[in-house]
Amino acid sequence: MARRERPLSPHLQVYRPQITSVLSITHRMTGIALAGGILILTYWLTAATYGADAFATAQAVIGSWVGQVVLWGLLFSLYYHLGNGIRHLMWDAGSGFDLPSVRRTGMLVVLFAVVMTAATLGCAYFVIGG
Amino acid sequence: MEMRSPLSRVRGLGAAHEGVAHWWAQRLTGVALVPLTLWFIWAMSGLLGADLAAMKAWIGMGQNAVLLILLIVAGMHHAQLGLQVVIEDYVHAEGTKTVSLVLVKLGAVFLGAINIFAVLKLTFGS
Repeated sequence: MARRERPLSPHLQVYRPQITSVLSITHRMTGIALAGGILILTYWLTAATYGADAFATAQAVIGSWVGQVVLWGLLFSLYYHLGNGIRHLMWDAGSGFDLPSVRRTGMLVVLFAVVMTAATLGCAYFVIGG
Repeated sequence: MEMRSPLSRVRGLGAAHEGVAHWWAQRLTGVALVPLTLWFIWAMSGLLGADLAAMKAWIGMGQNAVLLILLIVAGMHHAQLGLQVVIEDYVHAEGTKTVSLVLVKLGAVFLGAINIFAVLKLTFGS
């Protein structure tokens, strides 16, 4: 059957981004990123079962600058998805639906993700010495 | 006037015929993942650049292997439930959608099995 192209709603090209919609799609994107992160965990664990050399290679790949940048992204994704997930649980419990609360908890989640990511990276690089 | 049959009402499954099972499982695994992922970040920060001997020593310590398996199970389940919704929302061609869902569902089981086997092998194997 021939499909007719119909206008999409909301019309994304002319739609002004709002904190509600931006944080919502970020939740999805971080979720997809974390699902991809499971592949890195799989590589890391599987390499360990193949012996010391394979594991050393995996550690070197993950510890390379590309690997480190990916880990930073995953770390932020995890803290964001965790914080916003708790926000969703709060909504599930029926509270915080009014717009001021939605804005406040949204900003809180972003702040939480940024601060926790920075704190964890700070510990990893300066305290433990990665 | 009540249009639903008494059986339909008591089952409470609604139009999608699955009720709140998906929603509930997403929440339950999400709650489990809060402590598990925080533990995971903390644990991994201690293994930066570690060699295999140190990694095996860590996995054999306390309940690390158990927590890792719980993280894998909860994480895989949570991920495939989430990816399912993303696919259902954005992929509208029926064939592509079905194939994508099958790949995500089977892929999650496959990756879960690989990861659990790896943890067990690192814990008990040579």
